[in-house]
Amino acid sequence: MFGGATAIRQRSIIPGFELSLGVTLSYLGLIVIIPLCVLLLNASDAGWAKIWAELSSPRTLAAFRVSFGIAFLAAAFNAGFGFIVAWVLVRYQFLGRRFIDAMIDLPFALPTAVAGISLTQLYAEKGWLGSALAATGIKVAFTPLGILVALVFVGLPFVVRTVQPVLQDFDRETEEAGALLGASRTNILRRIVFPPLIPAVTTGFTLAFARGIGEYGSVIFIAGNMPGYSEIVPLLIIIKLEQFDYAGATVIAALMLVASFILLFTINLLQAWTRRQQGG
Amino acid sequence: MVDHFSSFHAGPPQAARRSLPLTESAGARTILITIALGFLLLFLLLPLVVVFAEALRMGLGSYWAAIREPEALAAIRLTLLTALTVVPLNAIFGIAAAWAITKFQFAGKNLLITLVDLPFSVSPVIGGMVFVLLFGRQGVFGPWFAAHDIKIIFAVPGIIIATLFVTLPFVARELIPLMQKQGTDYEEAALMLGASGWQTLFRITLPNIKWGLLYGVLLCNGRAIGEFGAVAVVSGHIVGLTTTMPLYIEVLYNDFNFPAAFAVASLLTLMAFVTLILKTILEWRAEQRLARGRLH
Repeated sequence: MFGGATAIRQRSIIPGFELSLGVTLSYLGLIVIIPLCVLLLNASDAGWAKIWAELSSPRTLAAFRVSFGIAFLAAAFNAGFGFIVAWVLVRYQFLGRRFIDAMIDLPFALPTAVAGISLTQLYAEKGWLGSALAATGIKVAFTPLGILVALVFVGLPFVVRTVQPVLQDFDRETEEAGALLGASRTNILRRIVFPPLIPAVTTGFTLAFARGIGEYGSVIFIAGNMPGYSEIVPLLIIIKLEQFDYAGATVIAALMLVASFILLFTINLLQAWTRRQQGG
Repeated sequence: MVDHFSSFHAGPPQAARRSLPLTESAGARTILITIALGFLLLFLLLPLVVVFAEALRMGLGSYWAAIREPEALAAIRLTLLTALTVVPLNAIFGIAAAWAITKFQFAGKNLLITLVDLPFSVSPVIGGMVFVLLFGRQGVFGPWFAAHDIKIIFAVPGIIIATLFVTLPFVARELIPLMQKQGTDYEEAALMLGASGWQTLFRITLPNIKWGLLYGVLLCNGRAIGEFGAVAVVSGHIVGLTTTMPLYIEVLYNDFNFPAAFAVASLLTLMAFVTLILKTILEWRAEQRLARGRLH
């Protein structure tokens, strides 16, 4: 029986290779690959002078600073708090733990426009949190701080969901061994528990960062969208499209696309690293 | 105190076991739980409460009225039409891609898996704008479509195709690891016994992957209904014609009609709840089956 199975696999009697691969490649080609290639071709058609003029304009540079800078801060914020959330959910028992675990994915399930208007209302000067913060002189809505709040919301599940499974599979015997050998809890955490979790946290951070630089729906309501101050790159692309500056929009979008490719590649490497840590 | 002391110096085993530092102190635990819950309360729970509080601020009567506006109903219809078109297409694509990737060995497979995942790492705004470059008035195929009087951009087909782009990976990325784990033994057995390829797909493979398929469909549907950035670029915001529910919320909000905006938003929030609940049930089922599998 088992010997036979190996023989079959070598001959591969499963049909449908041409059909399934044909459907996959045509569909992927029509909807993703050709459109993205057209974008890159259009951008290269713009010519170096236009590309340089576009990318060196103060408004574009500021938008890139805002998008990448705040996405980085939000991802870092989520790395810290997401780690604590994952830790608490895996290690401790408390009332409502399962409910909270299910709620973590809310930012994935809730449409970004809903999150956007809700956070704006919450942090606006008359909002529940906004009025309290205004009393201390902090303005969140319609400032870069608002963008940070939106990106923290959107990126929240990433670190939790990458750290959680690694923490669950963590071999607690090494912790026990450390304890038996007389290590303090702080030392056990620092030397035994945290190092294998670093790849997972880094992966979650990068995923949240990648999501943050491209995010649009949750940000535009709360950002205030002042050029040079709280204008994000995706919005700048849309503004250029609406002004029929297709070349400008294309050049900026192509640069964003390249950044996404680099991040995707990095994420793949990080995930391989995480799997190695989990396996070893 | 004595216990603590003995755990740092290798004292008698019994005494040491009682006080081994295998978890954080009760105080540290409480602090960590408080930080986690405070963070989630601030960033998850409060925004949710705000949606319903704002939606019902003017009372149930105006809530119902806002939802039953003709423009709101048109937005709901368009959103459902988009989801009903996009989800089956991406499900068929997901099954085909998973079949090709998991049942056969071929060169470039890893590249193909990366390409399937690509829409997730591209900004949704870019996912919408590529179709403006293709089908817009100044686009590559724009003049041809204009000559044949076919409108794609600022019309329903554009909304559908942009949503197809954004939600393309959901079903495939759920099915690929699942089918990889299940292997090809059952399919081979069926084929050996004389089943045709389609019979094998419908009678063997699909029943085996139905829960994973449902999971992917659920996530794909949630995103298709809620997508904003990609459809914002191609929609043109013609109220009643090309505004999906999220875009209609934007129009209402920008008109300072907050109660109506949040009324429609509350419907999408309920949809998100349903998605989360079903997702949790499916995950719980998968866990149960995994646990049962381990027992045997």
